[in-house]
Amino acid sequence: MSATETTMTDGVAPGEEPGALKQFWRNLRGEPLGLIGLVLVLLLVLSAIFAPWIVPYNPNEILVGERLAAPSAAHWMGTDQLGRDVLSRVIMGGRVALLVALASLGAALSIGLLLGLLAGFGPRWLDNGLLLIFDAVRSFPVIIFALALVALLGPSLYSVIFVVAVTSIPIYARIVRTQTLAMRNNEFILAERAMGAGMARILGVHVLPNVLGPLLILASMDVPLIITLEAGLSFLGMGVRPPTPSWGTILNDGYSYIRNSPWPVIFGGLPIVLATLGFTFMGEALRDIFDPKLKRDL
Amino acid sequence: MSALLEVSDVRVRFRTMGPLAALTRRVHDPYIDAVCNVSFQLAPGETVGLVGESGSGKSTLARAIAGLVPVHSGSIRFAEQELSGLGQRSFSRVRRELALMFQDPTGSLSPRMKVRSLITEPYRIHGMRDRNFRQEAKRLLEMVGLSADFGDRYPHQLSGGQARRVGLARALALDPQLIIADEPTAGLDVSVQGEVLNLLARIQAETGVAILIITHNLNVVRHITDRMAIMYLGRFVEIGDTDEIFERPRHPYTEALLSASPEPDPDAQHHRVEIHGEVPSLMNRPTGCEFHNRCPYIGERCKNEAPAFSQATSGHFYTCHHPLNTST
Amino acid sequence: MDSDTENVLEVRDLSLDFGSPRGRLHALRHVSLKVPRGRVVGVVGESGSGKSTVALACMGLLAANAQVVGGEILLEGRDILRMNQDELQAVRGRRASMIFQDPMTALNPVRSIGTQMVDIQYRDRITDSEKRKRAAEMLGRVGIPDPRSRLKAFPHQFSGGMRQRICIAMALLVEPALLLADEPTTALDATLEVQIIKLLERLQSEIGCSILFVSHHLGTVAELCDDVVVMYAGEVVEQGTVRDIFGNPGHPYTRALLECDPGRIKEKTRQLPTIPGDVPDVLNVPPGCIFRDRCPRAFERCASESPVAHGAAGTAEHLARCHLLDGNSEGA
Repeated sequence: MSATETTMTDGVAPGEEPGALKQFWRNLRGEPLGLIGLVLVLLLVLSAIFAPWIVPYNPNEILVGERLAAPSAAHWMGTDQLGRDVLSRVIMGGRVALLVALASLGAALSIGLLLGLLAGFGPRWLDNGLLLIFDAVRSFPVIIFALALVALLGPSLYSVIFVVAVTSIPIYARIVRTQTLAMRNNEFILAERAMGAGMARILGVHVLPNVLGPLLILASMDVPLIITLEAGLSFLGMGVRPPTPSWGTILNDGYSYIRNSPWPVIFGGLPIVLATLGFTFMGEALRDIFDPKLKRDL
Repeated sequence: MSALLEVSDVRVRFRTMGPLAALTRRVHDPYIDAVCNVSFQLAPGETVGLVGESGSGKSTLARAIAGLVPVHSGSIRFAEQELSGLGQRSFSRVRRELALMFQDPTGSLSPRMKVRSLITEPYRIHGMRDRNFRQEAKRLLEMVGLSADFGDRYPHQLSGGQARRVGLARALALDPQLIIADEPTAGLDVSVQGEVLNLLARIQAETGVAILIITHNLNVVRHITDRMAIMYLGRFVEIGDTDEIFERPRHPYTEALLSASPEPDPDAQHHRVEIHGEVPSLMNRPTGCEFHNRCPYIGERCKNEAPAFSQATSGHFYTCHHPLNTST
Repeated sequence: MDSDTENVLEVRDLSLDFGSPRGRLHALRHVSLKVPRGRVVGVVGESGSGKSTVALACMGLLAANAQVVGGEILLEGRDILRMNQDELQAVRGRRASMIFQDPMTALNPVRSIGTQMVDIQYRDRITDSEKRKRAAEMLGRVGIPDPRSRLKAFPHQFSGGMRQRICIAMALLVEPALLLADEPTTALDATLEVQIIKLLERLQSEIGCSILFVSHHLGTVAELCDDVVVMYAGEVVEQGTVRDIFGNPGHPYTRALLECDPGRIKEKTRQLPTIPGDVPDVLNVPPGCIFRDRCPRAFERCASESPVAHGAAGTAEHLARCHLLDGNSEGA
């Protein structure tokens, strides 16, 4: 009998495997749309982070003499009805969009994760109860829910975050629940139980890491939805209060003056489109890269 | 010498449908007996084989012994302690002495953990944080014939045979008294099956651990077990000394199983017993002797009368009205 | 039956690569074998030998990332690798049919087996009721009780063994010249395997088709097959009649493999023989003999030169690719 085995055949030794990062980069290069998506996302994120330093004008500064100007060298995206530079407002609006997306996604993911793990792994009655709650929340149209909440809390950025988070929790919880249920009878979970591991350990150490990956990719594809939702709510006047710029409020403002100048509407909607495309392309590319069942063709 | 494991009259039932469905479909007994009135003993250091085909209940029995599946009735005594009905916390202590090796070698390893963490997992679970994990991992890997650098690998970087060794290393972590090995050679090529089995033999010689091996591979059972039990539809149909059973099987099902694993010799005269039909569903157990509708030697009493255990020789029992190879 | 009889299947020097994230896997290298009319040929090998790949290639059922880099597959004299989709369609399910390893997933779960068995007769210009009659007849032949009424049943209503019988019925309904069987009994219990093998034996002699039987169960192959091809890591290392291979193995791998089979070992032992080492990586195929690293009798020539087929003991068809059989080097 051989004493030690140091040769590997159908597996790959750690030394030989191309670094995970390098492999990932190589895979990404094979997905051109994904690269475009990545570029767009980076553009959004960086401009949001460095917004205060890169805006050419103060977004709230009213320049009465230049109302509803068309795009020019001085104002790349023109001005709105109060003479405010649209480009600056768009860049600042990106901040709002990203803040809402991160905050609400963060809350929805963490709570959804917890509830989903419990529903998937816990006793039947817990699962049934939680599903009931999820379905009840999901059956409310989001806008109606938002209206109700705004009536209670008053329109503000925080209302938006709250609404988006609460309506997203059931979605992620369900996804996590399904994955957990599927994993529940996996051999390695059984092995952990056989060794005496408790539910907390099994969920935290073994189920969670395997669920997190696909979850984050799905979440990244939901970002455009959230951005659109925030824009929509702000457009209806239920979101951020003026004069804070948000893509939705830019659209709202521009909408009333669309006959005078189409530019605010175009440039209010453009970032939403680009952000949506960016996150969607990137998310899909990531999903394809991390899908183990896709064979690489010759 | 007292038995290490004593299984008495164990029954494991599974519910097949909810109470509402049972009512509407007028099913009186919506349960199936995956394991039915099974009794046997295992001595310290002994190797016993549980043999059967799909639906025989061998895996369920193994899981019941390991506490993964609740026992409906009967008793399982391990190291003088009654296991059935034991609470989670108390069972946890038992789990240090009773380890499992699973059928799917890579599937039973948590995919995102390195081998080193995987085999020291038992220490973590039982709160033994004072141990030097690296050293223990090295020691365990050495025991199963893997070099220390295997500790850095992930399960998907292991071949089937290597993953099995890792599973065994993990089972040995807390120095158990009994290892239950579920199909340790399944999916392995013939040329490497020997590796796992030789390793088990060596470990057993070194540590004196007892092994309960679940398998459908009779050829394997013959070489490594002291005693074996044949299961059919959740019951033992024959149990006894391995050599004795191979030489003179008493139960027709045992004979059929033995003849179904032919040696690779085109000229060998095969007394190929072909039993027709398939394993009946557990929901429709045959009457009398449960093997009667497939038995080539069916007799008068077989359809209506369930045979009791008869003794062939010391320690060798079977349930059959018309046993084979009886010396009369 | 001598080799002058027409060959239903002839694989000539087939080489095939698979694309993978790590590069090209040379899964088959210069594989040659033949299936004479009316004979049962077994292909044995362990994991990574490429035996299943050969069977799938013969039906043109390879995955998209497979690429044939050389050789021919002649089915009744016609190269199926050079056929277009229409020509392939005419041959598949008519001249050659296949049964697979997993009977659980080999049948369409949402259509009754009657519908499926009528569907595969789509080329025949007979009425539907005629087709159903033939289907019921075939089901009876493979041992499905009460076949007429079972035509309406769905696959999930049958057990695994029954499903495999249905698959066999479907494959032989068209009375093909060649039946390809890829590990058809591996997923079944041993007692069921006995039944299926006996069934195949009976049907083969009734219908007279040839069978290419891929398996790693040496015992089953010894019982069912007339000729045997032994594969290792993508190459054919030995071939001959079943008595040649099991009685007088010429290649060290075949010999070692037979020694390892626990069914062959008469004496009870707790030290079972194994073949130490691992199957070589087919990403970078080393020069010389593919079995060199694990061969107990390898010498210098084995490292540099890949052996050609030499005659081995037994019949004229018994060939093994080993330098030890070459008259010019050390005697076997």
